Amino acid sequence: MRRSSIRLALLLGTAMLILLPSGAYAMHISEGILPPGWAALWYLVAAPFLWWGIRDVKKKSAAQPKFKILVAMVGAAVFIISCMPIPVPTAGTCSHPCGTGLGAIIIGPGPTIVVASIALLLQALFLAHGGITTLGADIVSMGVGGALSGYFMFVMLRRLKLNYFVCAFASGLISDWVTYAITSTALATALHGDGDFLKMFLAIVIAFIPTQLPLGVLEGFLSAGAYRFVRARRPELLQLEEVPA
Amino acid sequence: MKKHALPLSCIVTAIVLAISIPLHADDAEEPEGKWSGVDETVVEKFAEEAGRPPRDPYINVGEGDMLLFCFLVAGVIGGFIGGYYFRVLFKEDKEPAK
Repeated sequence: MRRSSIRLALLLGTAMLILLPSGAYAMHISEGILPPGWAALWYLVAAPFLWWGIRDVKKKSAAQPKFKILVAMVGAAVFIISCMPIPVPTAGTCSHPCGTGLGAIIIGPGPTIVVASIALLLQALFLAHGGITTLGADIVSMGVGGALSGYFMFVMLRRLKLNYFVCAFASGLISDWVTYAITSTALATALHGDGDFLKMFLAIVIAFIPTQLPLGVLEGFLSAGAYRFVRARRPELLQLEEVPA
Repeated sequence: MKKHALPLSCIVTAIVLAISIPLHADDAEEPEGKWSGVDETVVEKFAEEAGRPPRDPYINVGEGDMLLFCFLVAGVIGGFIGGYYFRVLFKEDKEPAK
């Protein structure tokens, strides 16, 4: 079968998968779950990272105007990836990758926090996916945790001279797991009440494992495949945020 | 595009869709809880046990055609900003012509 037809079919199939109506299945903390005090605290935690990310976007855009277009493209990718439900047969549930690990190794962690925040805001406003009061906690888990863990994992493995595919795979995997670990922390800290925090935290983590363990591996392959594709086809894009080995 | 590329594309697309559509089947056709998201099976479950069930969105755009209206407004605003900053966004490289 010709490669052009496979490419066209995959493109059409992917487009249809996105356009077909589907529920939003997610790690996002829904509206009203966090008490007001905890919701405000997570906003305060997210704010300095968001400010740093906006400064980083401005600085890099001033040096290279095309960086803004790349940021917009990565933002669109993070938006789609983070509301893409994937069934996990081993658990019988659905969840989604986050895309922030991939974003961080393409445009850097700061700009990824900015695009993740925008994606989460749009999802909360238009898709009832997360919530306005829980936006701060969602930004910290998916934006800050996902981007920073993915980026530092990539940098660390590159310094160990591992190849780009392995580094990008580990970046996607770790960013996914760290995101859900922070979500578990946010839930356990706010909801443990008189009970033991650690006990509740472990209970939530264990509940996430059947779904997120395989999905993290899938996100690793997604990140590695996408990174290798960009590196093979448009390596000049990665020079904007090159990580030295 | 080559001679047989289009028919082959249609066949492969049909196969991709045949596989994908059951994944998007309406939840009502599934047994209760089957393929639920982890927001329901984990996040909301623990929240309800702790006495903090999720509430409806503060800004509910899912009523009637409100969602379409919101996308229209977002499109107008986004389109205006994109158009206004067109030259900034799509600035040509200032390299001397060879």
